[in-house]
Amino acid sequence: MMRDWLLALAQALIFIALAPLLAGWVKWVKCHLQNRVAPPLWQPYRDLRKLMAKEVVIAEQASPIFRAVPYIVFSSTLMVAAVIPSAMINLPTSRVGDVIVLVGLLALGRFFLALAGMDIGTAFGGMGSSREVTVASLAEPAMLMAIFTLTMTAGSTNLSAAIDHILASGFVLRPSFAFALSGLVLVAIAETGRIPVDNPATHLELTMIHEAMILEYSGRHLGLIEWAAQIKLMIYGVLLANIFFPWGIATRHSAGWLLVGSLVIGLKLVLLGLCLPVAETVMAKMRLFRVPQYLSLAFLLSLLGMLSHIILEAG
Amino acid sequence: MLQTLSHFEQGIMVLASLVLLTSFLMLGQIRLLLLIKTFAWQGALLALTTALVAADSGQTHLYLSAALTFAIKALLIPWMLHRLIFRLGIPHQEEPLGRPSVVLLSGAALVLFSYSVSAPLIELSSHVTRNTIAISIGVVLVSMLLMVTRHTALAQVVGFMSIENGLFFSAVSATYGMPLVIELGVAFDVLVAAVLFGVFFFQIRESIDDLDVDRMTRLTEADE
Repeated sequence: MMRDWLLALAQALIFIALAPLLAGWVKWVKCHLQNRVAPPLWQPYRDLRKLMAKEVVIAEQASPIFRAVPYIVFSSTLMVAAVIPSAMINLPTSRVGDVIVLVGLLALGRFFLALAGMDIGTAFGGMGSSREVTVASLAEPAMLMAIFTLTMTAGSTNLSAAIDHILASGFVLRPSFAFALSGLVLVAIAETGRIPVDNPATHLELTMIHEAMILEYSGRHLGLIEWAAQIKLMIYGVLLANIFFPWGIATRHSAGWLLVGSLVIGLKLVLLGLCLPVAETVMAKMRLFRVPQYLSLAFLLSLLGMLSHIILEAG
Repeated sequence: MLQTLSHFEQGIMVLASLVLLTSFLMLGQIRLLLLIKTFAWQGALLALTTALVAADSGQTHLYLSAALTFAIKALLIPWMLHRLIFRLGIPHQEEPLGRPSVVLLSGAALVLFSYSVSAPLIELSSHVTRNTIAISIGVVLVSMLLMVTRHTALAQVVGFMSIENGLFFSAVSATYGMPLVIELGVAFDVLVAAVLFGVFFFQIRESIDDLDVDRMTRLTEADE
C-alpha cells in the first residue's frame, strides 16, 4: 500500500518535471518545420530558472487575489497531474477524483486566472479574461460531452477504471470514440491556447488570449503560471493518448511493467508533440469571432459521439 | 453489443456514423461548392458501407447497388451540380445560416427522434445492420432540415438528393436493399431529376433574377 503511494508520488513528480521538456520538444519541432534555428530542448527549464530567480514586481493596486493566483493555478494543475494515470493505472491517487473533478479543477485554475487578469484593471488583462472565459464556456460542454461518451462506454467516471475497461475489451472499432477523440482534440487545442484558437508565441496585444491575462505577472509568479501552462499541455496530451490508445500502460506495478509503461507514454507524447506543430504549421490562426463556430463543431462532434454510442453500440 | 461483432461489422457501424457526420457537415456548410463536395463524400461513404454490408451478408446484388451508388451519387450528380454552379456563375456564393448552432442542435434532436421512432423496428429485425436504421432515418430528417433552412434552389436540391441517400441507406440497413429493378428505377429517377433541376435553375433565375426561392412567394405587383 505504502509502495503504491510512493509510486503515485514519483509519477506526479516526474510528470511535472518533464512537462517543460514536452513544451521544448514542441517548440523544437515547430522551429525545424518553419526553417528557423531551434532553441535547445531544455530551453524551457532555463527560462523557468531565470524567472524563478527574478524579482517580483507587483502593481500598487493589486489585491491579495493577484498574489495568490499563481499558487492556486499551479496547485490545481498539479492536482490534476497527480490524479490522471500516465504510466500506470490502479494507483491509490485515482480514487481521489474522477474525471469530472479533473475538469472542475482545471476550471478552478482558469477562474482564478481570469480574476487575476481583471484585478489590476488594465485594458488588456480584462480583454484577455473576457476572451478566455468565452472560449472556456464553449469548450467545457464539448469536453464534458466527450467524457460522458467515454464514461458511458466504460460504465465508470473513474479514469483508471475506464482505461482498465477499454484494455479488457480489446481492440474494438467504436464510432463513438472516433467522434469523441476528434471533439476532444479540438477542445484540447482551444484549452491549451494553441493555433488556430490562440497563438502561444504572440505578443501582439490585439490577438492574444492567454498571454493578455498574465501580462502583469513577473518573476516567480510568471514562472509558476508558465509552468502550469506547460503541465496543462502535457495533461491534455496524456488524456488523449491514454483514453483512446491505452495499449502499453502498466496495469501491474512490477519493475518490467513500469519500464514499459513509462517508455510507451513517452513515445506517445513524442508522437503527439510531432503532430501538434505540424497542425500548427499548416493552419493559420482564425479570427476570434470564428472561435465559437470552431467550438460548436467540437460540441457537435462530441454530441454525435454520444448519439452514436446510444444508437449503434448500446443496443 | 459492439464487442460481440466482428471488426468488419464494427467497420460498418463506423462508416454509418460517418455518413451521419457528412449530413451534419452539409447542414452547417454555407458555401455551395463545399456543400456539393460534402454531398459527393456522403455518396462515396454510402457506397462503401453498402459494399461492406454486401461482403458481410453475402448478398451479391448489393455490390451492384454499391457500384451504382458510387457512380451516380458520388461522381455523376456532384459533377453535374458542380458544372451547373459554374455555368450559373455562382461558384463562390455563400448562404449564411440564421442561427447555425440552433440549426445544428435541432439536427441532433431529429436524430434522437429518429432513434426513438425506429426502436420498434430494431426489435423486429435480426440483421447486423439493424442499429443503423435509426441513423438512416436521421439522415433523411437532417436532409429535410437542410431543405427547410436554405433559401437558394441549389442547396435545396442537394438536400433533396441527400434525402434519397438516406432512404437508400435505410433500405440497405433494414432489408439488405430493395429489389434490383426498383433500385435501378430510383437511381435513374434521381439522375433525371438532377437534369431537370438544372433546367429549372435557369428558368427560376430568368423569371426572378435570383435563385432565392423565398422570393417566389411574393407577388411582384403587391410589392410596388
